[in-house]
Amino acid sequence: MLKYALIPFLPLAAFVFNGLLGRWLKDKAHWPPLFAVLFSFVLAVSTLFEVMGGGHIEHVLYSWIVSGGFDVHIGFKIDQLTAVMLIVVTTVSSLVHIYSVGYMHGDKGYPRFFAYLSLFTFSMLMLVMADNFLQLYVFWEAVGLCSYFLIGFWYEKKSASDAGKKAFVVNRVGDFGFGLGVMLIFITFGTLNYDAVFATAGFHAAETVNIMGGTYSLMTVIALLLFTGAVGKSAQLPLHVWLPDAMEGPTPVSALIHAATMVTAGVFMVARCHPIFNLSPVALDVVTWTGGITALFASTIALTQYDIKRVVAYSTISQLGYMFVACGVGAYTAGIFHLMTHAFFKGLLFLGAGSVIHAMSGEQDMRNMGGLKKAIPWTFGTFLLASLSISGVPGLAGFFSKDEILWKAFTSHGAGHTVYYLLAFAAFLTAFYSFRVIFMTFYGDCRASHEVAHHVHESPKVMLLPLVILATLAVVAGYVGVPEAIGGSNRFHGFMAHVFGGGHGAVEGVVEGGASHALEVTMMLVSILIGVGGIGLAWFMYIVKPDLPGKVAGASTAVYNLLYNKYYIDEIYDFVLVNPVKWASTHFFWKVVDVSIIDAFVNAVASLVDAMSRVLRRLQSGYFHHYAMGMALGVFVIVGVFLFIR
Amino acid sequence: MPSFSMDNMVSILPEMIVLSLALAVLMFDLALPKDEKRYLAYFSVAGLAIAGYQTMNLAGLQLDTFYGMFVLDGYAIFFKVLFYIAAAIAILISIGYVKGQEMDKGEYYALILFATAGMMVMASGADLISIYLGLELMALSVYILAGFMRGSMKSNEAALKYFLLGAFSSGILLYGIAIIYGVTGTTNLAGIAAFIQSGQYSGPALTLAMILLVAGFGFKVAAVPFHMWVPDVYEGAPTSVTAFMSVGPKAAGFAAFLRVFTTALPGIQPDWTVIIASLAIMSMLIGNVVAISQTNIKRMLAYSSIAHAGYAMVGFVSGGMQGVSSVMMYLFIYMFMNLGAFGMVVMLRKDGVAGEELKDFAGLAKKNRTAALLMMVFMFSLAGIPPTAGFMGKFYVFMAAIDAGFTWLAIIGVMMSAVSAYFYLRVIMYMYMKEPEGEFELAAPLSLKLAMAVAVLGVLYIGMAPAGLIDFARISIAGMM
Amino acid sequence: MVPISHILILAGMIFALGVVCVFAHRNILMILIGVEIMLNAAGLAFVAGSMRWGMPEGQIFVLFLMAMAASEVSVGLALVVYLHKRKRSVNIDDFNEMKD
Repeated sequence: MLKYALIPFLPLAAFVFNGLLGRWLKDKAHWPPLFAVLFSFVLAVSTLFEVMGGGHIEHVLYSWIVSGGFDVHIGFKIDQLTAVMLIVVTTVSSLVHIYSVGYMHGDKGYPRFFAYLSLFTFSMLMLVMADNFLQLYVFWEAVGLCSYFLIGFWYEKKSASDAGKKAFVVNRVGDFGFGLGVMLIFITFGTLNYDAVFATAGFHAAETVNIMGGTYSLMTVIALLLFTGAVGKSAQLPLHVWLPDAMEGPTPVSALIHAATMVTAGVFMVARCHPIFNLSPVALDVVTWTGGITALFASTIALTQYDIKRVVAYSTISQLGYMFVACGVGAYTAGIFHLMTHAFFKGLLFLGAGSVIHAMSGEQDMRNMGGLKKAIPWTFGTFLLASLSISGVPGLAGFFSKDEILWKAFTSHGAGHTVYYLLAFAAFLTAFYSFRVIFMTFYGDCRASHEVAHHVHESPKVMLLPLVILATLAVVAGYVGVPEAIGGSNRFHGFMAHVFGGGHGAVEGVVEGGASHALEVTMMLVSILIGVGGIGLAWFMYIVKPDLPGKVAGASTAVYNLLYNKYYIDEIYDFVLVNPVKWASTHFFWKVVDVSIIDAFVNAVASLVDAMSRVLRRLQSGYFHHYAMGMALGVFVIVGVFLFIR
Repeated sequence: MPSFSMDNMVSILPEMIVLSLALAVLMFDLALPKDEKRYLAYFSVAGLAIAGYQTMNLAGLQLDTFYGMFVLDGYAIFFKVLFYIAAAIAILISIGYVKGQEMDKGEYYALILFATAGMMVMASGADLISIYLGLELMALSVYILAGFMRGSMKSNEAALKYFLLGAFSSGILLYGIAIIYGVTGTTNLAGIAAFIQSGQYSGPALTLAMILLVAGFGFKVAAVPFHMWVPDVYEGAPTSVTAFMSVGPKAAGFAAFLRVFTTALPGIQPDWTVIIASLAIMSMLIGNVVAISQTNIKRMLAYSSIAHAGYAMVGFVSGGMQGVSSVMMYLFIYMFMNLGAFGMVVMLRKDGVAGEELKDFAGLAKKNRTAALLMMVFMFSLAGIPPTAGFMGKFYVFMAAIDAGFTWLAIIGVMMSAVSAYFYLRVIMYMYMKEPEGEFELAAPLSLKLAMAVAVLGVLYIGMAPAGLIDFARISIAGMM
Repeated sequence: MVPISHILILAGMIFALGVVCVFAHRNILMILIGVEIMLNAAGLAFVAGSMRWGMPEGQIFVLFLMAMAASEVSVGLALVVYLHKRKRSVNIDDFNEMKD
């Protein structure tokens, strides 16, 4: 059992070590966290092999309170889903640790940075290994907290600390719903343990709850509340606003937290709670629509952005949308498959973007880049592989996973089938904006100032190594899930079937045999055409006719501005929510409610208790006779009550 | 009726060890020079450890001896273990303190051991007579201990008040026992229960006797309105003695109180449930509210002790396996945290200054971080803030109340704990936010440090892993329930 | 033979008198005597109970009680003597330094 406990606790130990001794370690502060996370990775791999045969590992590590049905403990439930998450988290975390050695070199918060990375890794591992909702919730909050620390890592920068705050506040909205969901689960089931809840979820399927006059299905309410948390954490509409701003954090953090791991916690949670979601067709439809609309919405914004990291950030939001669609149509395996491949190629895109920024002396605006292909060939090569992967070029990881989602959506009934068209269009845009980044950054003439252009240099080997490893993974990771239609065996599907059951999308009844392999191959060709079309259009607009983008933007100013300003969502929130709340909090809540009502109430209670205290202490007169009389009176009063009242 | 046999000797082995220890201390005292009395303390602690070992060896036995007057069961063993730890920690706290206060006498340790023996008899008594005798043995020893600081007028006054009120309460208790004997013809707990069960008598005399017993035991556990002695005696008695009597005799009082009411008087449970529930509410209310306006820390802890008796009585009212085990657990936890808090007060005592006022804690954090940290843990625990043991104690007590249908009692308890946070956290505020007045010189000999280490580890360990203790309590009473 | 109820009533009256004695006097010695009277009333009730049930237990308890009362008085008297030496007073109201 020690082995499983070590997986999360090694990074925790590294955090404690760095927290206490970091000041003395200085620029060697990366060693303890790096060793810890590498060792965790080795253990995670060995754990993966243990569950390969279909077994589960369950272990209660530490019981805090056990009282009747109320059971608070820290425990591990390691099934195939957890094992995949463990591999993803430890792999990307290890590589990001290595990358950070180069990227963060010389930063004065170097030990602090690695301490936070370790703390985050610990929290994330505990989150995916949880065997009960309370632990899930606690570490759900913990990863949010680490993310807040790391976004605001350069806290002297106002934009960084503002972004941190924004991420925190927006996530609170989602977490509030999530917390309510967990509470409702406890009220309904009387326990928070996964196994007990999931095993009995079916018995509550027909129950309803009344909320403000309306009657709703209990499972729908629970599932939607949980999903609210996922929407916040995974940056889906309408709570996506924090993720682009979170790019203020150091780039390795963006790769680890805001691409590969933390933001996918929402998808993981929905997959983990699939027995609850499966009982509520309504909730599944909501998940599908949210994911589909977000996927398209975010990819349209990505078309017009110039900050290289922001493009990748919107791309992340969009790809998370794909994963939710997969969950919504009941194809959890496809969602987790895409989660895994996405972690590799999106982590790679972020790290590659970091390498570009590093080369450009901190420049992030693509308008000031260009022609870097020759100067930073390794970065270019790996970045290109990642972009090909995300665009869905056949043979690469992103192709297999994204295509599976598209196929599942297409063959599902109801919402999923409609959403397929959104996703297909988003896939086209994805290919387009991904290669827009490639062409603007690496091709054409260098638009940077002479000074910057002169300094362009390839990143050190310690940063290139993770890029190469991730590029390899972005190419090969897909081969665990080659669909049967083209002669693959789809081992990933068989592996995850231990968690999600055998049937494809068993819920909404995708017709297994009815959809022929021929149709699947046809749809695959359509996907390829879409991806290649997007790339081709980008090539045409940015290489063949470089003045075309400007003309298009000029011809459709309204649309362009709408996209460029991200649909004005931040401004709308400011206008509708933030400013009124600020105004109300100063003019009403603070000056009226707080000062006149709450303060007055609190003060009144306090002075009442105080006055009581002063009166009652007088009873203690110091005289023996009063004390004896108190006892005698006590007896008399009790006797009197019994004699005369009863 | 069981006959006299070897079992009798086995069952009183722990009491025999502690009593012999006390007598041995008195004898060795004669041989030791005046300023070497601390060896008696080490000797006593070692003896208590042996007694504890022997007692644990007896665990699992269920002996009904001395013609049904004395039992050795899991319940008794649980409380005996509690008493050993309480006495040992109290002795360790005392070593440096008694020397400084010129009360460094052999009898001091002997009296603590005699009191411990009395408490043990109370926990094992299965007959009102044996319980009464144990109670008197304990009480007489503690009366003397309360006045042990002969030079202090406050200590004298504390002893006088404690003695007179204690004698008065034991008169009331005794009269209650006499009435029960008159009505039922027996003082054996099981015999009384059987008599009530048979329905031969259902007049008011039994209820009257029960009320008198509540008064007698209520005095020992410091329940309102039989609590009036507590603040004065706790304040006046030497701090090390206060530490001991705030946990030992209180736990012993509860041990007897619980056993008498659950084994002898279940027939009139509805009656005593109402009374004890009202006492619990009043104790929580008066204890916590009056503690707010106290500036003397010993007096504040005295009112807090009244409040904690109230919490424990919430578990008492709940009854059943869950309720009784929650009270036992509560007392065990209270023992650690209250001894810890008083130990810190002892540590603050320096030449000429009592170190008992709240303001004496001002700025402690700046002078001695460890001491401030320890005090903070004890205050958190008394206030019931997780992850300390105090939280666990309250959790199980209130949980038992809710499960038994006394949700309103649990709500009052939680509200009163919220009030209590005010005065416990004020101590922390003084330690961390105020500037120290004058020089600090902590009186912390190794023995006191050891005692505090044990107390703080107990508080934290039980807070983090309460399962062991609650299982110990539940297994202990499995035979009784 | 005296009816049992008479003895119990007598015991009750003595107990009440003991309580009154405790409350009526300021002299510590008199309070002590009041407490002793309460104890003896309880003893009398025990004897009555013993007679009623025809069992010796009650009388044995009285013997215990006497020993108990004696030791209690000895502690009490020692305390009174010491306090008198220090404060030249046996008035209980002189001992209220601690209050509130």
